Amino acid sequence: MARSLMKGTEAIAEAAIQAGCRYFFGYPITPQNEIPEYMSAHLPKVGGMYVQGESEVASINMVMGGASTGYRVMTTSSSPGISLMSEGISYIAMAELPCVIVNISRGGPGLGNILPAQADYRQATSGGGHGDYNLIVLAPGNLQEAVDLTQDAFDLSQKYRNPVLVLADGFMGQMMEAVEIKPRKAEDPSVNADWALGWWNERGGKHVTVYSMHLAPDKLEPHNTHLQEKYARMRANEARFEHFMVDDAELIVTAYGTTSRVCRSAINNIRAEGYKVGMVRPITLWPFPSAGYSNLPESVKGILDVEMSASFQMVDDVRLSTLCDLPISTTGRWGGYAPSVRQVEEACKELLKK
Amino acid sequence: MSETQVFSIPKVWNENVHTHYCPGCTHGVAHRLVCEAIEELGIQDRTIGIAPVGCAVLMHQYLNLDMMEAAHGRAPATATGIKAVRPDKIVFTYQGDGDLASIGMGEIVHMMNRSLPLTVVFINNAIYGMTGGQMAPTTLLGQKSTTSPAGRDAKVNGYPIRMSEMLATLAGPAYIERVALTQPKYIIKAKQAVLKAFKNQVEGKGVSFVELLSTCPTNWGMRPLDACKWLEENMIAYYPLGVFKDFPPSNTPANTSTTNTSN
Repeated sequence: MARSLMKGTEAIAEAAIQAGCRYFFGYPITPQNEIPEYMSAHLPKVGGMYVQGESEVASINMVMGGASTGYRVMTTSSSPGISLMSEGISYIAMAELPCVIVNISRGGPGLGNILPAQADYRQATSGGGHGDYNLIVLAPGNLQEAVDLTQDAFDLSQKYRNPVLVLADGFMGQMMEAVEIKPRKAEDPSVNADWALGWWNERGGKHVTVYSMHLAPDKLEPHNTHLQEKYARMRANEARFEHFMVDDAELIVTAYGTTSRVCRSAINNIRAEGYKVGMVRPITLWPFPSAGYSNLPESVKGILDVEMSASFQMVDDVRLSTLCDLPISTTGRWGGYAPSVRQVEEACKELLKK
Repeated sequence: MSETQVFSIPKVWNENVHTHYCPGCTHGVAHRLVCEAIEELGIQDRTIGIAPVGCAVLMHQYLNLDMMEAAHGRAPATATGIKAVRPDKIVFTYQGDGDLASIGMGEIVHMMNRSLPLTVVFINNAIYGMTGGQMAPTTLLGQKSTTSPAGRDAKVNGYPIRMSEMLATLAGPAYIERVALTQPKYIIKAKQAVLKAFKNQVEGKGVSFVELLSTCPTNWGMRPLDACKWLEENMIAYYPLGVFKDFPPSNTPANTSTTNTSN
């Protein structure tokens, strides 16, 4: 497919189809409705199926059922819907099923509003539901990256048999940019026959069970340990970040998703005025890319965390990653606003004056 | 003199397993009917079962089938997900009254209405068994439970819900029948109902639902025989046995073109 101008939500949907996803289960919620709409129009044309759940609770459990067959399946939602799905996501993680979930996040808590926000960081990076589990969380900073990460999400979920969450705020979902969506080869689902339902004959006449209950502690404890070992492999291998103009920086701005775009513009502008500012942009929010903060140059005197979150949910991870060595300031907007380029420029200049 | 075998354990039953069910509980009978139906239809290698949360949560340990354990009430949604991806498989849910008629009310209504070819085996014993005898949506008026110690009072607790009748108001379902498991004359009918509910799916005839009135002697506080008698005198009076829906597929409006054949 040649480069074409697409809306974020539709680009994510097409990227999923090009990555071999043929089954989508979801419930309408703004600002991500173009994804289920796109899927309902396009999946039947490629031999797939779109099922509209009666709720997000049902939808995520349809995803669990679909995922249990070893085929590529997905759902998408926005913040309140992800809260409803969190129980099911916990079950999917426990049963070690691969699937992709997209959160086009909006303002909260509660019904909040339908405008973009980055207030679901803690929910996403903690897994969201009950129990000891984690999701790989991918946070695109532009639409081409949203396309690529959506396709990576399917590969990663298969690699680790774990749900993968793409976290993109409402701006990312609603903006338009040029993207190129390439086909991504999916594994043949029969490779999952040793654990997936519906491969009785391929497995030589043996049954399998997909379950999340381990009643006896001598079964649950080792399974919990097994999951933690898997998450440790993800931590070791999957953390991603971008360094932007870090080498001579005196101040490091850190931001992901939409706010990273604002910061990039601000840095370009004030670099022209001689301010030495760089950026660390996490691309995976879980595992958190601590390495992006650990070998910063000696010239760095402080960090500015920029978020569309009233409580600056990422700042604790940044603080832990720097081992509290550097002073961390914050700036941002929330409740549906994004910080302006000027706001970030002024915050940077103010910090560099000190 | 030739020998005639009159009893054997179904092949779908895992060898050498013992269930955790209480003496006098009819889950064992219900499990056997499911096994017999699958065996008679020759579909063991392509059947996928969904165990609920409740007393039957460990059902997957007893049946030699591909099975999945759903979250509480969500068996219909997981079944829908499986059938959407694998329309070539025979998919059934096995759910109790708390699972199906309380926490999973939304899921069962919409699955029945969607009418993908699926099979539901619904165990109605008028109580929460696994958690220790709390009031269920199907608990009868005046019936005592650990959360209705003075008996179910309609003013506070509402009325017992007749699921078969309610679901029969939908256009989607192909077949709905209520049967009982207390004595051979009922079990013979129950066997036919369970078999039909699976056969319908094999023939692509939409969604089928069998409600099995079942005993829970432990949580009813009765001896097994008394429990059978109580069921027949009280439950059948409120939950009449019979067929509530049995449409040929051509008369089921929502039963066309809902599955794909991509696999």
